[in-house]
Amino acid sequence: MKVTVSTRDSQSAPLLEIDDLTKIFHIRQGFASQEFHAVDNASFVIDSDKPEIFAVVGESGSGKTTLAKMILGMESASQGILRYKNRVVNDLSRKEMKTWFYHEVQPVFQDPFAAFSPLKRIDSYLYETAQNYKMVADKKEAPRYINEVLSAVGLTLAEIAGRYPNELSGGQAQRVAIARALITQPSLIVADEPVSMLDASLRMSIVNMFRKLKEDNNVSVIYITHDLATAYYTGDRIAVMLRGWIVEMGPTEQVLGNPLHPYTQNLKSSIPSIRSSEAWEEKIDLAVIEADEYTRTGCKFAGRCPAVMDICHDHVPPSVMHEGRSVKCFLYDETVDAGKKKLLTPAVG
Amino acid sequence: MGTIIETNNLRAYYITKAYGVERTVKAVDDITLRIQEGEVYGIAGESGCGKSTLLRILLGAYQPPLTVVGGEVIYHLDGEEMNAADMTEEEQRDLKWRTISYIPQGSMHVLNPVRRIRDTFHDFISAHRDVTKRESFQLTADYLRDLGLPEKVMASYPHQLSGGMRQRVTIALATILWPKLIFADEPTTALDVVVQRGVIQMLKDVQQREGSTLVLITHDIGVHANLADRIGILYAGKLVEEAATTTILESPRHPYTRYLIESLPSLDSREERLSIPGRPPALDRPPSGCRFHERCPLAMDICKTDEPKLIQIEPGHFSACHVVEEEINREGHSVYA
Repeated sequence: MKVTVSTRDSQSAPLLEIDDLTKIFHIRQGFASQEFHAVDNASFVIDSDKPEIFAVVGESGSGKTTLAKMILGMESASQGILRYKNRVVNDLSRKEMKTWFYHEVQPVFQDPFAAFSPLKRIDSYLYETAQNYKMVADKKEAPRYINEVLSAVGLTLAEIAGRYPNELSGGQAQRVAIARALITQPSLIVADEPVSMLDASLRMSIVNMFRKLKEDNNVSVIYITHDLATAYYTGDRIAVMLRGWIVEMGPTEQVLGNPLHPYTQNLKSSIPSIRSSEAWEEKIDLAVIEADEYTRTGCKFAGRCPAVMDICHDHVPPSVMHEGRSVKCFLYDETVDAGKKKLLTPAVG
Repeated sequence: MGTIIETNNLRAYYITKAYGVERTVKAVDDITLRIQEGEVYGIAGESGCGKSTLLRILLGAYQPPLTVVGGEVIYHLDGEEMNAADMTEEEQRDLKWRTISYIPQGSMHVLNPVRRIRDTFHDFISAHRDVTKRESFQLTADYLRDLGLPEKVMASYPHQLSGGMRQRVTIALATILWPKLIFADEPTTALDVVVQRGVIQMLKDVQQREGSTLVLITHDIGVHANLADRIGILYAGKLVEEAATTTILESPRHPYTRYLIESLPSLDSREERLSIPGRPPALDRPPSGCRFHERCPLAMDICKTDEPKLIQIEPGHFSACHVVEEEINREGHSVYA
């Protein structure tokens, strides 16, 4: 199957454009109400010329899923603008969301068995999506079209026809979930932790499939995960999130090959190596209470950062361009007096 | 250092009967293990391969439909040999947490949400020892400080702590009475890498401090690499390979283990990794012969009919595979004699 990028809009317009996107939640304690920014001023652009896999990594509670929900239009942004193919998503009517936006952008979720009702045959989801989005003219045409879509994920309709979700393995069910997303011929798939519920032996087959979809079907993928190894393996670009901030963003090989932000360095050195000779020596600090970091003034990583400076405690670091990626850290901010900076040890890991 | 826990040809099946239809799931099938005192023994395998079932049997915490249909579990504790099947409920309860402890899967959720951490600790300690509240608080504070957990954890409620901190509090809770034998079921699953590293560090600390034995169950080979001394690989209810951690990682012999290790992505290279074809078999109707033969690229005719035996291919390295066995025979026994 060939899914091509729609040419309804001009080619030069970016696919997805996110500008200072922010989501504010309120925590209530008695009468006091405290704001916290689940996603804070996130900005990035995904081009339409060349499909790419954009990986978003971070620990649990870093705002990855909130960001995904905003991109999918499932959560409204508190501030900032989200444009898809030059159209502001917030301004779209409900009808336009259905007839246009969800044709373009489709989700894949973490747990395939939670995404499908156990009481419904799994192929019915494919038929319904095809009919609801008017991808097929009449019912007779549907099986042929669905079979075509399934072949892109390495399945055939005969394999899954009439079967219930529990009769499929996790890997197969996740493939069906991806096939369902492909039915509308989207230009972007937002995949939120798509492999974290899968077995080790099935995980790589899904990750390899995203690579294949990008190359063969011209689909861009926002790949959200906490697993750095698969993010490195698939991602063309990567954004590292910490407590709502994008702390480092750029080409995957540069960001993970030579991380600059102390948090990214920390993340990289924490990946368990399968060469047992490289077991960790030094100890690390963990956050005690998540909300404390969220509501911290200054840099959110200051409490755990090995290179923390005075300025980090009460000022928010700017995002600066450094060695081909943006990094949100005072260490790389040229405007800060060099004398105030403590030197950082070279990248670990 | 002797054996602390052993199983001999252990078979444990889930036997259910519904509307006259009997269904037998062979979750643990003919497993023989010797776990040494003071070692970290890792059990690896995918979900549904019988890891957690094996653990339940080892702990003696099981009830129908899970039934031990053959073999035995023997503890060697305090110079005594005890058959788990013969123990009364009272003896088991006495043994548990004090001598044998268990860190359950998803243990972030085991803490009582309406009690402060220190009260949960008190409940736990006072069930096994005659202590006043003050004594148990003191004991808890000392232990948490030793493990590098911050003081303010004591007075917190579980929901106020981050996931990683809750997990470490649970580990502290499970080990505060210095058990000799600790079982951990997926202690780091669902944690992100930084938190996972903190939890692994702590497990290592706890284990080394008193030279306890740790039986670690996880599907994550990376965690085993950093923690385990020896690894046993389970596939579809069978032990298919067992060796020292470095041997498993550097020269695995069983095709399943080789796939498992080679498919791991790493930050060293972005080269395409192969995934294992097919899917794990259902254990109510396991494949004949070698249970891996349907997914195995090296499968021979004999693999479809005869079950391979676990044989020693070099000192301390066991593998259950006809192909490996044939290779060894061809090379001649003298090599590993």
